[in-house]
Amino acid sequence: MKEAENNPIVSLIASIVSPFIMLFGLYVIFHGHYSPGGGFQGGTLLAASIILIRLAHSSHTGQLQFPSKLGTPLGSLGVFIYYGTGLAALWWGGQFLNYAFLPLAEEISLRRSWGILLVEIGVGLAVMAILVSIFDDLLEEENHD
Amino acid sequence: MLSNSPALPPLIYLLTGIFIPLAAWKWKKLSFWLALGATSVATLFSLFNLSQALSQGSISYRFGGWIPPIGIEYVLDPLSGFVTSVINFIALVVIIYAYRSVAQEIEEFRWTPFYALVMLFLSGANGIIMTGDFFNLYVFLEIASLSLYGLIAIGDKKSPVAAFRYLIMGTVAGGFYLLGVGFTYLVTGSLNMGDVHHILFNLSPSPPLIVAMTLMLIGLGIKMAVFPLHGWLPDAYTHAPSSVSAIMAPIGTKIGAYAIARIFFFIFGVKLITQVIPAAQVLSWLSAIGIVYGSIMAMAQNEIKRMLAYSSIAQVGYIGLGLGLVSPYGFIGALLHILNHGLMKACLFLVAGNLRHQLGHSRIDRLDDSIRRLMPWSSASFTLAALAMIGVPPTVGFFSKWYLALGTIETKNWLFLAVILISSLLNAVYFFRVIERMYFRRQKIAKAAKNNFVAQKMGKREVSLSLLLPTLILALALVVFGFLNTWIIKTILMKALPAGL
Amino acid sequence: MIEFFLGHYAYWFVLILLAIGLYGMIIKHNLVKKVIGLSIFQVAIILFFIASSTKWKATVPVLANHHEKIQAAAYINPLPHTLMLTAIVVGVATSGVAFALLILTYRRYKTLNETELLKRMSEEDAE
Repeated sequence: MKEAENNPIVSLIASIVSPFIMLFGLYVIFHGHYSPGGGFQGGTLLAASIILIRLAHSSHTGQLQFPSKLGTPLGSLGVFIYYGTGLAALWWGGQFLNYAFLPLAEEISLRRSWGILLVEIGVGLAVMAILVSIFDDLLEEENHD
Repeated sequence: MLSNSPALPPLIYLLTGIFIPLAAWKWKKLSFWLALGATSVATLFSLFNLSQALSQGSISYRFGGWIPPIGIEYVLDPLSGFVTSVINFIALVVIIYAYRSVAQEIEEFRWTPFYALVMLFLSGANGIIMTGDFFNLYVFLEIASLSLYGLIAIGDKKSPVAAFRYLIMGTVAGGFYLLGVGFTYLVTGSLNMGDVHHILFNLSPSPPLIVAMTLMLIGLGIKMAVFPLHGWLPDAYTHAPSSVSAIMAPIGTKIGAYAIARIFFFIFGVKLITQVIPAAQVLSWLSAIGIVYGSIMAMAQNEIKRMLAYSSIAQVGYIGLGLGLVSPYGFIGALLHILNHGLMKACLFLVAGNLRHQLGHSRIDRLDDSIRRLMPWSSASFTLAALAMIGVPPTVGFFSKWYLALGTIETKNWLFLAVILISSLLNAVYFFRVIERMYFRRQKIAKAAKNNFVAQKMGKREVSLSLLLPTLILALALVVFGFLNTWIIKTILMKALPAGL
Repeated sequence: MIEFFLGHYAYWFVLILLAIGLYGMIIKHNLVKKVIGLSIFQVAIILFFIASSTKWKATVPVLANHHEKIQAAAYINPLPHTLMLTAIVVGVATSGVAFALLILTYRRYKTLNETELLKRMSEEDAE
């Protein structure tokens, strides 16, 4: 971002509000199967909290909160968590993404509930990282072309 | 583990696609070896799947253990096993080629994303072919398309514009297909392909069903590049890097053709597509016009890759014609042409890539006799592939045209028979243009001296082995599969025919 | 006649949005406006699915408590909503790829206007 003068009111409000948005994003991820929500929605809110800081502050502060070079690895890690849950289901004898075979709880419906939660966490992490990296790429200076 | 094999080809590619950015963070060359390993394993699994499907009939794999129609199922029958084997084999050969071609044409910081996108594209292509659920097909169609837009944009200076044009048309195509799925869901209440097939037996055709079929035909037709919907294809094929053209040409349009074959023949049924709405007739007429249009436009081109792009429009017209004839010979001809055109086009694009690697360009008007002396093996492969495209026996091209011609005779469409024969002549014209320059056009004396000097300075005459070997493998495969074609038809394709043909 | 228009007003909105989206993609010269037209087109399709999932006198498919027996007729059909979550994600990814391509185009040709871009591309060919 250009190093223009930052409006102190905007910077202050953004710094105060951003953690609450992050907390709400986490709430939306974890309550995905009781109320409207889920992985993608929560991931978007998490990304919004990070992009708010990048918009309201200088780029240095934005990099302190979430460095740009973490974007792609975290995205891959999020998809890995999703894929790993599916592979674990394969490992323990079922089909791909059959949560009933994961050794996480005793009752089958609880196992499926935990499996879906793991998958949603993976999706939320991936969506957050990728949306922030799209924003960063849109602002990148021309240094390669 | 092996009982999960129907789902493994797309999953292996997906795993490698997300693993490559993490693993190849420091060592960029590792991304190539991971991609090569994944493609070989997936090819082996798809051949294994094909043999399972041939011996046991159709196998269904349920994701998550949910029984269909509640869950998503993958259907492994001879048709899907055959098409996945073809796609994975061609991808394996082209990825071996990509090692050196990518190293020359693309900057180093883009190697890791290149291989990751190729893996995602192949995962999407395999997923489209294996799936048995309408919405899952949409998801994998978009995965394959988005990876392809990214791959095309890594090319020369004009490639982002070509990729953007493809993006607009391709997303509209996916949107139309999704609308068609929505209408089908409204009419039948299910998204599972087999379930919809059973429900449609008891329903009489209604306007939503007709709209659904039309929208799906238009959407998948844009992906398949039938005649009026082909506008994205020439620019995309020309401005992409050489390896991307070689992967995109055999696979990208064929997944649209496979989706049309699966949805219209196996699910909607022959009666719905011929009598209720003339979908098959429209497809065959548009394909016939596309064959003639593509061949004529290819004659007017000045650059080899653009000529091959227009030629691809014509060849996809053959597949559309074979599907639209609604006859056993036509269907077999179309499926055989999926295999044959894949091999031929991949070989031709690899030769064009070799020319670009050595000469820096692939324009026809700058070729002359020195190519025959500098690059004998590439010229020979080009000639063999050109003969296969024209349809000279015993190469593969002859047999697929033979079965298509038998299909037109069987359904008494004499006009389409004439179109097939005339287009073979047109193919001969535009390929002989290149062959004549490569073999017979004498160089000017001054240019000869300069070219020999340049060749000596570059130190090599023919391209290196890792570029040459895939070209030769594909050229050889053209003749080998030509001899094997009756075996392929008897053991694989006869079992892949839908009911009602 | 009134029933034909007002009874299915959601589907008429779908039609209008589809037309606006296609109009934007074809007629507008700025490439960013074409991407906006694409987004409107995708949103129209999402609206179609969601409009088709409603039922007469039915409510949002969120359970108040777990212990009553569920009467399916009292809740709208949740399946198209889940399909459209995936379609929204696909739309976001497509917009991301489209904007990345536009940035590459701008860096190389310094314009995002379609007529100007085609002129510069053909000038480059002529050299």
